[in-house]
Amino acid sequence: MGEDNKKSLGFASRINWSGIVTPLIGIALGLSVGAIFIWSQGVNPLHAYYYLLEGSLLSWASLSGTLVKTVPLALTGLAVLYSYKSEIFNIGAEGQVYMGAIGATIIGINFPNVPAPLHILMVLVFAGILGGAFAFIPGYLKAYKGINEIVVTMLMNYIALYFLSMIVQGPLKEPDSFFPRSVPLVDTAVLPKLFGSHLHIGIVFAVVLAIFLSWFFRRTTTGFKMIAAGHNPNALHYAGVNVKMLLTKVMVVSGFIAGAAGAVEIMGVHGRLIENFSIGLGYDAIAVALLANLSPLGVLLSALFFGALKTGANSMQISTGIPVSFVYMVQAMVILFVVASKEMPRIIAIYNKRRRVKKNG
Amino acid sequence: MGIVLELEKITKIFPKVIANKDVDLKLEQGEVHALLGENGAGKSTLMNCLYGLYRQDGGKIYVRGEEVTINNSDDAIKLGIGMVHQHFMLVPELTVAENIILGLKSAKEPLLNLAAAEKKIKALSDKYNFGINPKDKVRTLPVGIQQRVEILKVLYREADILILDEATAVLTPQEVDELFKVVKKLTKEGKSVLIITHKLEEVMALSNQVTVLRDGEVAGNVRTVDTNPTELANMMVGREVLFEFEEKEMDLKEVYIETKNLKVVDKKGVTRVNDLSMKIHGGEILGIAGVDGNGQNELAEAITGMIPFQEGSVVIKGVEKTKLDVRDVYEQGVSHIPQDRHHTGLVLPMSIKENLVLTDHYLEPYSNKGVFNKDVVDEHGAEMIEQYYIKAPDAGVPTRELSGGNQQKIILARELCREPDILVAVQPSRGLDIGATEFVRQKLIDQRDRGAAVLLVSTELEEILQVSDRIAVMYEGEFMGVVKNGEASISEIGLMMAGTRRSNIESQGEVE
Repeated sequence: MGEDNKKSLGFASRINWSGIVTPLIGIALGLSVGAIFIWSQGVNPLHAYYYLLEGSLLSWASLSGTLVKTVPLALTGLAVLYSYKSEIFNIGAEGQVYMGAIGATIIGINFPNVPAPLHILMVLVFAGILGGAFAFIPGYLKAYKGINEIVVTMLMNYIALYFLSMIVQGPLKEPDSFFPRSVPLVDTAVLPKLFGSHLHIGIVFAVVLAIFLSWFFRRTTTGFKMIAAGHNPNALHYAGVNVKMLLTKVMVVSGFIAGAAGAVEIMGVHGRLIENFSIGLGYDAIAVALLANLSPLGVLLSALFFGALKTGANSMQISTGIPVSFVYMVQAMVILFVVASKEMPRIIAIYNKRRRVKKNG
Repeated sequence: MGIVLELEKITKIFPKVIANKDVDLKLEQGEVHALLGENGAGKSTLMNCLYGLYRQDGGKIYVRGEEVTINNSDDAIKLGIGMVHQHFMLVPELTVAENIILGLKSAKEPLLNLAAAEKKIKALSDKYNFGINPKDKVRTLPVGIQQRVEILKVLYREADILILDEATAVLTPQEVDELFKVVKKLTKEGKSVLIITHKLEEVMALSNQVTVLRDGEVAGNVRTVDTNPTELANMMVGREVLFEFEEKEMDLKEVYIETKNLKVVDKKGVTRVNDLSMKIHGGEILGIAGVDGNGQNELAEAITGMIPFQEGSVVIKGVEKTKLDVRDVYEQGVSHIPQDRHHTGLVLPMSIKENLVLTDHYLEPYSNKGVFNKDVVDEHGAEMIEQYYIKAPDAGVPTRELSGGNQQKIILARELCREPDILVAVQPSRGLDIGATEFVRQKLIDQRDRGAAVLLVSTELEEILQVSDRIAVMYEGEFMGVVKNGEASISEIGLMMAGTRRSNIESQGEVE
């Protein structure tokens, strides 16, 4: 997966058309199959999709709502992408997001006298450190002990989830509140809102990080080593690189990004730590990274797509009665079609060859 | 005598390449027919079509005069065609008999009928003088005998057309002789044998008829008595082959690399290199001969820091160390052509230019403070493509898309352009065609002439003899002897490869 894209990375400068076309085909096919489902419910698919679109992109109110959902998807998607460049499948972004959120809250509800930019930076860094530390465990086990990172990260997600529950019902619980939640962050730790909407400055973080990573994987020796390690760790060992150390660091940085994503969500949207604040974000992020074909800039677009689906789903439900969970079906189908259509060029090539041979032979 | 097997105009096309085009081949009963060609000439593809692993895109196969369709190996076996693969398909923990009946229905299904099988195998073994005990565990048998088990497997299935795929690749010279006897015995008994090989000597020694493949097409078909090695080589490559390298008086410098009582134990606890001491001077090539798997690779990997060694030390340009780090070694001026370019030497999906800086990527001018100088890397790529005659449209092409020879040239370019003081080359021409092989060997000699110390590990004795100044023969982790090239006969080297110390050869005179 992401094969084509990774191939042309490093410092190759060709435009990767299949990396752009494949996701579009996947989206089209996913929506088409979704249309059949909508139609079976006695609703005109075009109507349903119109409301989906209207509720997600066609007005500033809906668009800003979509963008708010896009931010965590993009940031977490970039976290997943980062490690996947080295063929490490970080299913643990989910847990790292929670750990980051806990870290964000600890710093965010204290230090009222620090200037806002510094306070936000402190929150991001500490959240990142907690996320990174949490990711260090599967990273180390993978690199040095050969233990499958998918299993470890997936199981650790539960640890993080229940740890967060424990924290918000215990030490960080708002004293007199009925809800399992923390006290609000102090003002200096709340992300500034943009254009008078709910959209916060986290969108800028996501865009900057995507641009930076895009450059990073094309031009830096570390990005080069990471991609090479993903394809052939033996060759990298042969080239004198400490591959185990590298892979561990990759996982830590991936966890750092996911942790910071959790902090952005806390600082930008919720303003405090609440239980189950981002259930499934880490898993959605995998879909985001895959749809983006592992291109950092593509992550922005695919996060926008999934953000739009999530946001528009409500208005679709209200107007047509198609349940919100429908969009999760579409989301899954899109990914399946993207994965499948990656094979299409190859299959077509083989088919054409065969035909040619028959004609000539 | 009739024709037992005929291939008529076999064509097989893969995406991007035509592997076989209109290939004709006729195998006479009771004869040995050699299918000769370089690696990549299409021999394996042809045999896989015959054995049902591939379906040909055009052409017909006749067995005993009848046209047949072979969809899988079962079909082939039913037609009496048996293949002995280059890599044995045996289960080491099972006995000979168990291996042979594996996958066959027993007469007493669902129970095994091992006793009957053992009896039949014994009878077959005696008939062909194989000297095999069906009750032996395969893992206890030497490679040459294991190969006979493979042949027995095929005979047991009543094949009368045998295909031997690169059968001598893993054998010592003595085992090769034994194999030849076996093959001759088989043909005497009326079996027909097709040998697939790229070795001229084998063709000359064994076959009655030769079909030469080049670039997927038949380049020639001759009776062996009517031809000679030079003619065959020319058919294989399509041009005159010059395999003579200029002899040069060695201009020895000081010792560049040395091992002292080196011992390497692998992860399974097997001692791979045992108490080994050697010295290589600048300006000489030490060739390490030996059958694959006798510790040569581990020796090369240990002195380049790829794997740890447990005892002893390595001295590189006067600095003695008991623990090595790959990058450290590299920065001492050691270049390494690893034994497996796909496994170790290259990152196949990455471009040529990226692979060209795989080891140097962190150094100026290629990068500066962790950021690549794109122009320098591009330029370097283009330059190397030109200097090393790498056939590729541009330096941005993924190395996966290149032929083996061109892939190897990328590694050579990368490792040699820095003018190393010490070069460790392991199987540098494995799987390459004659042209690329020649190129690689010339480069090794160039390095020596430039004054580098070269350690060459090769299982191709021909290669060792051609370029080495001194030859060490390795067997089970130890040197059986170190001789100046030309001082020992091929049969002496063969004996050393089979585990006889040179000192014993001399004292006993003629052994065996």
